[in-house]
Amino acid sequence: MSEIQFRIGIDVGGTNTDAVVMRGREVVGWAKRPTTPDVTSGIVAALSGVLAETDIEKPSVGAVMIGTTHFTNAVVQRRKLTRVAVFRLCGPATQSLPPMVDWPPDLRDAVRGFAALLPGGFEFDGRPIVPFDERALREACRQTLAFGLNSVAVSSVFSPVNTEHETRAAQIIREELPDAAISLSHEIGRLGLLERENAAIMNACLRDLGQKTIAAFRESLADLGLNCPLYLAQNDGTLMSADFAEKFPVYTFASGPTNSMRGAAFLSALPDAIVVDIGGTTTDVGALAHGFPREASVEVEVGGVRTNFRMPDVFSFGLGGGSIVVDQRSTLGFGSWDLGISVGPLSVGYELTTKARVFGGDTLTATDIAVAGRRADIGARANVADLDPALIAAGLAFMLGRVEEAIDRMKLSRDPVPVILVGGGSILVGDRLGGASDVVRPPHYQVANAVGAAIAQISGEIDRVVSLRDVSRDEAIAAAKQEAGDRAIAAGADPNTIHIVDVEDIPLAYLPSNATRVRAKAVGNLNLEAASTAG
Amino acid sequence: MREWFLSELDLEYVALGAAILGTGGGGNAYLGKLRAWQELRAGRRIRVIPPEALKDDDLVISVGGIGAPTVGIEKIEKGDECYRAVRAVEKEVGQPAAALMTDEIGGANSIEPMIAAALADLPIVDVDGMGRAFPELQMNTFFIYGLQPWPGALCDEKGNTVVFTDVVSALWLEKLARTGTVAMGCTAGFALPPLTGRQVNDWGVKYTVSQVWRLGKTVMEARAEKRDPVAAILAQERGKLLFKGKIADVARWTTEGFARGRLEIEGFDLHAGATLRIEFQNENLMARVDGEAIATVPDLICIVDSETGRPVSTEETRYGLRVSVLGLPCTPLFRTPEALAVIGPRAFGYDVEYQPLGDYVMPEPVVTVRDLE
Repeated sequence: MSEIQFRIGIDVGGTNTDAVVMRGREVVGWAKRPTTPDVTSGIVAALSGVLAETDIEKPSVGAVMIGTTHFTNAVVQRRKLTRVAVFRLCGPATQSLPPMVDWPPDLRDAVRGFAALLPGGFEFDGRPIVPFDERALREACRQTLAFGLNSVAVSSVFSPVNTEHETRAAQIIREELPDAAISLSHEIGRLGLLERENAAIMNACLRDLGQKTIAAFRESLADLGLNCPLYLAQNDGTLMSADFAEKFPVYTFASGPTNSMRGAAFLSALPDAIVVDIGGTTTDVGALAHGFPREASVEVEVGGVRTNFRMPDVFSFGLGGGSIVVDQRSTLGFGSWDLGISVGPLSVGYELTTKARVFGGDTLTATDIAVAGRRADIGARANVADLDPALIAAGLAFMLGRVEEAIDRMKLSRDPVPVILVGGGSILVGDRLGGASDVVRPPHYQVANAVGAAIAQISGEIDRVVSLRDVSRDEAIAAAKQEAGDRAIAAGADPNTIHIVDVEDIPLAYLPSNATRVRAKAVGNLNLEAASTAG
Repeated sequence: MREWFLSELDLEYVALGAAILGTGGGGNAYLGKLRAWQELRAGRRIRVIPPEALKDDDLVISVGGIGAPTVGIEKIEKGDECYRAVRAVEKEVGQPAAALMTDEIGGANSIEPMIAAALADLPIVDVDGMGRAFPELQMNTFFIYGLQPWPGALCDEKGNTVVFTDVVSALWLEKLARTGTVAMGCTAGFALPPLTGRQVNDWGVKYTVSQVWRLGKTVMEARAEKRDPVAAILAQERGKLLFKGKIADVARWTTEGFARGRLEIEGFDLHAGATLRIEFQNENLMARVDGEAIATVPDLICIVDSETGRPVSTEETRYGLRVSVLGLPCTPLFRTPEALAVIGPRAFGYDVEYQPLGDYVMPEPVVTVRDLE
């Protein structure tokens, strides 16, 4: 049997699906294929491509990691979403703001099946607001059945402090609705009822899509003879097992920008920089601090819904290799030609290789401008030889302007900063950018996303309320760190690489028992050998 | 006749401006804004009148949420807590309220009385008792200048109402209301003892609803027009930029139910090389550079995100945030010896003399009595 030594990272973008084979810190080979509407054939094509290119033996692959924007896109585009029943355990409290009150109406219409405000929920100190009512819960289950719903999101007031009512509700739902998927808010979000409930509802509305998609991922790997464990990239730059991802598709949100920034930091060896990732359809600009994406400081909206996940702080706009060039000079009259050229946000997306002029198509894209302007050498330059030089110059200036403006937005001060350019579309801009002290295009910049997925680590997390009556604060934090590390090891991390990346203790005001909420997160490198035997 | 009815966008402005005057505390007005929107969508109205429109013997009740903001984001209101507290005080004094108001414009209580006012179909007076946020009930101009500390009423979401019929001081009212609130689960609606129209005009910090509305509008418009929102705030409020930098350290602890702590900000630009230290108890109380106090209560110490102008609450402060610290002069009603005894630096345990930050400029009302004629 061949030695297990390789990892394959895959990034499914809006335009391309990239696959990269890595051994330790070395990129052995990569392949880029168009993303397909069914997602999986694109993955199979990219995987087959990279396996053929590197000629590695399949049993020597220890793990496959997939980063996908599939679930975010489903919410943003309001497609393939499951209708959800929402049970909120709250008693008389919270009646002024029913579930999904702050959702965009079109998304609410697509997701909302039925909502029940039920007796239960806790005070800040863990006392019930009113007792849990088993009969009311069973009645809500019967209504859920009558509405033909099979995905239930459950929230309870102060469930991060006391999980009991959500857990009891789950038991009853399992008895009454054995086929229903259940999303409990305390397993998904943090303090903040509406935001946590929103995250649970989003998870619930993705459950059918999650199961189908991950089953298809598994089949794709099996068809190719890859029998190693499958992981999905999470938005914090760490991995979750495929089994876990089926239950928590929501954790994949924003994993794309995270992977690209982690990959860019790794490939360029620059832990502090601005990362500009230009893909086929969109450009994401983010800031790296110590090799990790800077976190957004505000509540993050996904598809217009406010949630309280920890998300990378990313500025995105519609510019990529497939962006469509709009020439409105003729309609603007004399003297205003420079205002007449715009690029994006509309994009030919994954049809770039058939629709772009340099590939024989008839749509003028950002890639055509880059080729005509001699920024890149892709396809047939002869196809764009007839382009007006003024149009080329205006198109290049437009794209550069958008990118420079985004860099300026993400910078932390006026001082120039190093900029890392990644993504297949980064050919659209040159190596001189305003506000940059240095512009770096690391090797394999085209597949930084997939590299970010391949190098992603395994994490373990603890989040609990501890009474400081019996233990000191330092003891409580030390115990949480230890357990977070143990959880990471149990999930497949190499014990020698475990380190704590996040510790937080938040005293809970007014608690007589001097309670504090302790969170700790440990990460470590994926232990390929152990993962493979466990999987 | 021009009357001022608040729209959903107006409430957006009010929530943002009020959060800036919250000086790090006061609670988040986001949920209150959503609830007020629900009332507007149900066809109810929120009308703001100038204090001069009140008759001398009109009864005005100041009402708001009381409790811990961190609890309020979990245990959201049932919705009628403040409204019921108003009705309980009216019943106790045997006179209906002519208008409602807030005693604390900074933070969530800017909007809370508006929800009760929508339910009661009463106007809101363009005034408050602080021009900012403070952690305790007795710290408003009304009690400082002699408002009788009873009757007040406390209501929870479960249907409990407690009326305080005889209370010996504002400090006792604070203690009793706080204790009741903890028993009720740390969030409740509280109606203060009623004021007369005359008292509102004599003791109120005027036109602060207009002030937060204009402040929020200024920031949102600056953002939309890609202008520097911090500069826009300073121009609007005639405040001082105390410091600009990055949060380098945050320490927090809780004593007697208050979130206390301090944070350190390392300077950028003009302030490169210097460190600003801010101490807070729910709100930012004191700003020091190299041990020297550069701003103290009752003047306003506001921390905003340097890029967006978004106010940063004491709970949200964390390492790495790029912030600007603004100092805004407080109302002259807070600069008298009797006021400083309650809300000056010494009242919060600092052995520092209060040095006024600059001259206060009274905000301009959006609607005056002349508009109503």
